[in-house]
Amino acid sequence: MKRRDTIKTLLIGGLGTGAMLTGCKQDGSDIDTNSVVPNIDANNLYGRTPEEAKVDAALHAQPSDFTKEELGVIAILCDIILPKSETAGSATDAGVPAFIDFMVKDIPDNKLPLKGGLMWLNTESNKRFSKIFSELTEAQRIEIIDDIAYPDDATAAMKPGVVFFNRMRDLTLSGYYTSKMGIEDLGYQGNRPNTWDGVPEDVLKQHGLVYEPEWIAKCVDNDKRNEIAVWDDDGNLLT
Amino acid sequence: MQIIEQPKVYDAIIVGSGAGGGMSAKVLADAGLNIAVVEAGPYFDPKDPVTQTQWKWPYDSPRRGSSSKRDFGEYDMAYGGWDIEGEPYTTTEGTEFKWFRSRMLGGRTNHWGRISLRFGPKDFKAKSIDGRGDDWPIGYEDVKPYYDKVDKLIGVFGSKERLPNDPDGFFLPPPKPRLHELVYIKAARKLGIPVIPSRLSILTKRINKDRGVCIYCQQCARSCSVYADFSSGSCLIFPAQKSRGQVDLFVNSMVRSVSTDKSGKATGVYYFNKEDRKEYQLRAKVVVLAASACGSARILLNSKSAQHPQGLGNSSGVVGKYLHDSTGSSNMAIIPELLDRRKDYNEDGVGGMHVYSPWWGDNKKLNFARGYHIEIWGGLGMPSYGFGFGMERMAKHLGHKAGGYGNVLRDDVKRMYGASIGFGGRGECIAREDNYCELDPEKVDEFGIPVLRFNYTFSDQELMQAKHMQQTFSELFDAMGAKALWPAPGKEGNYGLNKPGEIIHEVGTTRMGNDPNKSVTNKFQQLHDAKNVFIVDAGPFVSQADKNCTWTILALSWRASDYIVDQLKKQNI
Repeated sequence: MKRRDTIKTLLIGGLGTGAMLTGCKQDGSDIDTNSVVPNIDANNLYGRTPEEAKVDAALHAQPSDFTKEELGVIAILCDIILPKSETAGSATDAGVPAFIDFMVKDIPDNKLPLKGGLMWLNTESNKRFSKIFSELTEAQRIEIIDDIAYPDDATAAMKPGVVFFNRMRDLTLSGYYTSKMGIEDLGYQGNRPNTWDGVPEDVLKQHGLVYEPEWIAKCVDNDKRNEIAVWDDDGNLLT
Repeated sequence: MQIIEQPKVYDAIIVGSGAGGGMSAKVLADAGLNIAVVEAGPYFDPKDPVTQTQWKWPYDSPRRGSSSKRDFGEYDMAYGGWDIEGEPYTTTEGTEFKWFRSRMLGGRTNHWGRISLRFGPKDFKAKSIDGRGDDWPIGYEDVKPYYDKVDKLIGVFGSKERLPNDPDGFFLPPPKPRLHELVYIKAARKLGIPVIPSRLSILTKRINKDRGVCIYCQQCARSCSVYADFSSGSCLIFPAQKSRGQVDLFVNSMVRSVSTDKSGKATGVYYFNKEDRKEYQLRAKVVVLAASACGSARILLNSKSAQHPQGLGNSSGVVGKYLHDSTGSSNMAIIPELLDRRKDYNEDGVGGMHVYSPWWGDNKKLNFARGYHIEIWGGLGMPSYGFGFGMERMAKHLGHKAGGYGNVLRDDVKRMYGASIGFGGRGECIAREDNYCELDPEKVDEFGIPVLRFNYTFSDQELMQAKHMQQTFSELFDAMGAKALWPAPGKEGNYGLNKPGEIIHEVGTTRMGNDPNKSVTNKFQQLHDAKNVFIVDAGPFVSQADKNCTWTILALSWRASDYIVDQLKKQNI
């Protein structure tokens, strides 16, 4: 931006406050929007406003809503829900318990159902095996889980467990498939610059679908995407 | 508290920096005028790495994109939402309205769906066709030249279809459909529902040297760092700053009211500086309100004076009335044909659908007067918080017991990924005098400014339209062999109608008209009651068809701003 422009382009929070930020550097180079929020390493950011960054810092600083024992049971359940597979790590490998711990702070409505559910699970374990859940054998744990993991088959007495396990399943799947490991396991290929040129031919074929020539004739010719658009008076694209 | 006055008198003050304000700033600055743009939120540039969310992965944030802090997910680029701390609004008993605001340079254009539809000739004269609502004082022929100019300045992809009420424009070429969109095309045609390439303001092709070309990340809602989508800041405000005129940008500045003199003419605006919490006055020859339909109505109603006892521009009593949002109803389904699909390619595409269905029905044969279009979503999108929720309901579509755990569940998730499709109907709600916003007599916001109270109900027109949407969706699901994820909502669930305001197309609160007793502005969006005050947001809309309102806001703001330049030159204002 030219010097002349910098003079006329003021970024003002309110005149007369002494807090007048100019949108331009003194040397007349381009707008320096970073001057609004100083000295932050952009690489570690996820686009928070200063107010949001404060909220998140406070959430991180807040102690966990769970005891160490409760977090242990969450980890066990996470790995029952998503154990290691032949090609990918388990839910705990992907850091899901820490994610759940954070989401309980972020969405406090999660807290009571999860803490209550964990207690329900221990009560049920005690009823059946006179031990808390974490002390059960794997077979004993699965016996209980099988009674709460299939809502349509569950007995009335198991309903609180079903509701709890549904929530654990939701959070575990979400935590896992939004992690780097989970996204790779899922096979998502996007979030990188590219030039979309339609579904690959063999995928279309597999689904018995085709691109009709009339439709494709309307679509973008990516070889010409960098040529500046020019139209005739009737709106026909000439470039 | 003493109000701090500025000595400078601007040619124009523009209140708000969204679509309407941005366009007005561009046109007035291009004409060499000396203007102030006053925005309630902070400065924002989509390419600033500090605030940028484009290209972030869900795992870059501990909440993985959840909507706990921003209504459309934490990477969505709208600072604000339905509820803003310190800026409440109320509703009258038994009615509902949700008011979405975005406090930042560019306003809601930083996150919107970029669906850029022209109103058709019938849409300006709907009363003449079905007797409901009112005709506009202008017609398609008045707006067409401006739609043309907006197309060329900002860029919109689409295709020439020669449909009578969905006019063609100067289009960039559209992207090819995604896989689920091809399935949709097939099904819709079986039912005789037209499908055409969507019309979105995203650059599939270069339009100038200042803006980039789409890199197909599907993240327009995060505001594009290479300026390949239309956001008001990057496409209008920044270019305005580089043009002939002088643009002073006031951010974090909340306008309370318009000041007027003894003759009733506007002299400027009063605003609060959020940084020092002091009140200031800015002066200008012309005041242009672009604070959103309800925001501008609120400013007018708060601008009471001896000359304007009911609020500025409100001698007719019409300010705030005829508020209407688009109707919306939606449903989702699993397409068995797309289970176990190959995922080894990037299907992000542009930020939004590549195909859509414009309204096809003949309303004379239906029990509701106005149409809707169908928006389509689905595909191999980036997971974020909420992904994988509800598997206890979904797994039944895979032919085995719903619920479960372990590597069977892992396979279920992967099998279903990319196999769902969703439809959103977006329809025209008929403007009614008894749907309105007004000042709440008791409540103020944190700046002491009286807040809005909303009164909004649906009529049978909207309910019957939503019922038709749901019937259509069910037929479409059947035609593609898809299984609905939820039963179509019935009468008890209002046929799935979104709450008023939830579609975020609220318009109509300062309607234009030729009769000063029945309208707030004339056909150039100039107040009947104060010749140097203009409204360039969606307030002056008489109706809004089933077409998303932004492209028409832009065209009309350009038209009104041309008129302002002309009237200033002629010294009429």
